[in-house]
This record gives sequence, C-alpha cells and structure tokens, in this order.
Amino acid sequence: MCRVVDLRQAVLAKNDAGAHELRAHLAARGTVVVNLLSSPGSGKTALLERELLCARERSVPVAALTADLATENDAARLARSGVPVKQVLTDGLCHLESGMLAGHLEGWLPDDTRLLFVENVGNLVCPASYDLGETLRVTLASVTEGEDKPLKYPTAFGLAHLVVVTKTDIADAVEFDEAAFRANVEQVNPGVEVVLTSARRGQGVGVLLDRAMAAADGAPVHSPVMARQPHHHGHTHTHTHADDGHTHAHPEATGAMAHTHS
Amino acid sequence: MHEMSVALAVVDQVAEAAARAGSVTAVRSVRLQVGELAGVVPDALAFSFELACAGTLLEGAELVTEAVPGRARCAPCAHEWATGMPPRLTCPVCDGTRTELLAGRELQILDVHWDDGRRQSPSPTHATAREPIPEER
Repeated sequence: MCRVVDLRQAVLAKNDAGAHELRAHLAARGTVVVNLLSSPGSGKTALLERELLCARERSVPVAALTADLATENDAARLARSGVPVKQVLTDGLCHLESGMLAGHLEGWLPDDTRLLFVENVGNLVCPASYDLGETLRVTLASVTEGEDKPLKYPTAFGLAHLVVVTKTDIADAVEFDEAAFRANVEQVNPGVEVVLTSARRGQGVGVLLDRAMAAADGAPVHSPVMARQPHHHGHTHTHTHADDGHTHAHPEATGAMAHTHS
Repeated sequence: MHEMSVALAVVDQVAEAAARAGSVTAVRSVRLQVGELAGVVPDALAFSFELACAGTLLEGAELVTEAVPGRARCAPCAHEWATGMPPRLTCPVCDGTRTELLAGRELQILDVHWDDGRRQSPSPTHATAREPIPEER
C-alpha cells in the first residue's frame, strides 16, 4: 500500500548534530573554532597571516586549517607564522561540513590549541549553510567588492557574529562607501559589529584575535536575528492513524531543529 | 552549489527512514519545506535530487518543494512584516533592531510518500479499519 509518512526532519540535521558534538568535544579540551567566510580574493589569508603572528607574539596557542579546491598555497603562506597549519583540499566541493572538519582535526590538532581558525572555501553561498561547530563565525568582504555585498549574500552576512572589512588601504581608490556598507550589514544582521582592517597597513590587525579570545573566554557573542529562529518544529512524538485509507506515521524526529549558534 | 549536498542529505534521510520502517518498495515523492532565506535554490535542488536518487530506493521519486516566505517581528513595537529578498531584518516601522525572524529559514523534509509491501497499518488498533485506498497525488 501507499503511505504518507511524516518525517519532519531538518535536512541538515546530520551536519548540525555533528557540529554540536564537535563544539562540545573541542570545548571540553579548551579549543574554540573561528569560521572565516568570504569570497575568493577578499584577503582573508593575508589578514589571517597577521592575526596568527599576533597570536604568537601574545603566546596564544593557535592553529589554522585552510580549505581550498586545489593547491597548498594558502597553507604555505599561513605556515610562515610558525603556528600549526593544515591544508584541506576539497577536490571541488564548495564548502566544508562538520564531519569533514572533525575528520581533519583528528590526530592533527595540537592538544593545547586555544583557537582554531578555519579558513572556509572562498565562497559566500554554500559555506553559510553549514555549522562547523564554531563559536565565532566571521564574514569578510574587501572594499573592492561593492557596498551591496551583504544584500547579495544575505545568509553569509546575516548569520555572522562579526563582519570584517579588508583592504581598507585602497578604500579611497575604489571609492568605498563605508556608511552604505554598514547600513546594508545592519539590514540583514542588526547589531553585528563591523571591523575595518588593512593587513598591509596594520589597521585593525589584532581585533579578530581579541574577539576570538573574548569568545573563547566565555564572553557572549552577537546573536544574529537570522540565527534566532523560534523552534516551532521539534516534536518527537510517535503515532499512527489510518483514516481515509492512508497511514501517517511519525518516526522519531532526529533533531528536527533549525541550527543555532550560541 | 551545495544543492547536491542538500539533495544527498535528503536522499540519505529518506532511505534511512525507509530502512527503519522496513518493506518499503519504492518512494514516490518527498515533500520539502524551503524557506526564502534558507540559501537553497529550488530549481538547482530539483536537478540535484534527480541525480542523487539514481540507483537508490528513491529512483524516480518526485521532489515537491513548498516555499516558506520570510517573516519577521519587531519585539518593541510588535510590527510584523514580510522580510523580502534580500531580507530586511530591522523594523520598517520603528527602525528597531530587536527583531525576531518568525519564518524563512526552514529547510526540512515534511513527509514522504512511499509504497510498502504491507497491506494495512501495523497498529493493532486499526486491525478492523477498512482496506486503505492507495493514495495518488
């Protein structure tokens, strides 16, 4: 016979459960993940190089994992800071998932790591949907990308705990309108902090590390409106009935919840 | 284009549910709720779904997507509005920033239509129910 079976399962439930588990596992050993999202060429590797150096100077044990479709160029650049670095090649996959990250950390991440920076695949669309077990999600955009970037990629900017503008040293040359950019960020993510940086000139360098350390020390992070969806579907009841000739079965819902960042 | 990953996740979850239920012979359709702000393109998902179903119990299954419009509410002034795309998440009336997203981030499997080898509901309370009529969409 033909049945209609209610599943009520979040499609990304597996990723979210994996992220939750990884966050708890890392928290237990004192490590906090910072997930960096941006378009290709936004300058996140350049900024991260500076932040890693900064961490070394301050004797904060950090590590970095960088994901790209191909080449180990970014890892080679980040490794110059002297901190543990790992390159992940996704073989064409456009984003990282929590299970992939957990696999890559196993046997590599040094025990005393306080902060793990994850440089996600350069892409503002897909990585936005995947919680990696991070405590701080940072979305970056360079001044060359246009003030409306947050409106074009609302999920990436809407779910960020912190927004970082890069390459401010060339802001004048490209006529970057800071007020317009800030207004656009505010529209999709009211209340999120926007930090201006220039890895070349040193402007704002160290702020990302400060925010990451604060989050690691338990300071509350920004709670984006987009991530604060009320959990109206999380039921776990089981019942069957056979009216009108078809059966509805409710198998146990496995984590039918929207993902949250706390 | 993470729609392929999303499609594979849907297929995996439906296949697992079918395995748990036992004796499922074919999946006819899967109904999915996709919020306006879920970051998933329904057309790309439909294309990926067909590929992801190939060679599984879901081969040939139809994907029915239900769009959920984004809606938000302002905590201080209680105004409710359609967020639109790109979403406006500050209050259009009082410009407040203490707002709440009511709907629009859904990405969930609602239900599945499948065929199984059983003749009627396994529940003993329905043992006397009349012979079910196969439900067609």
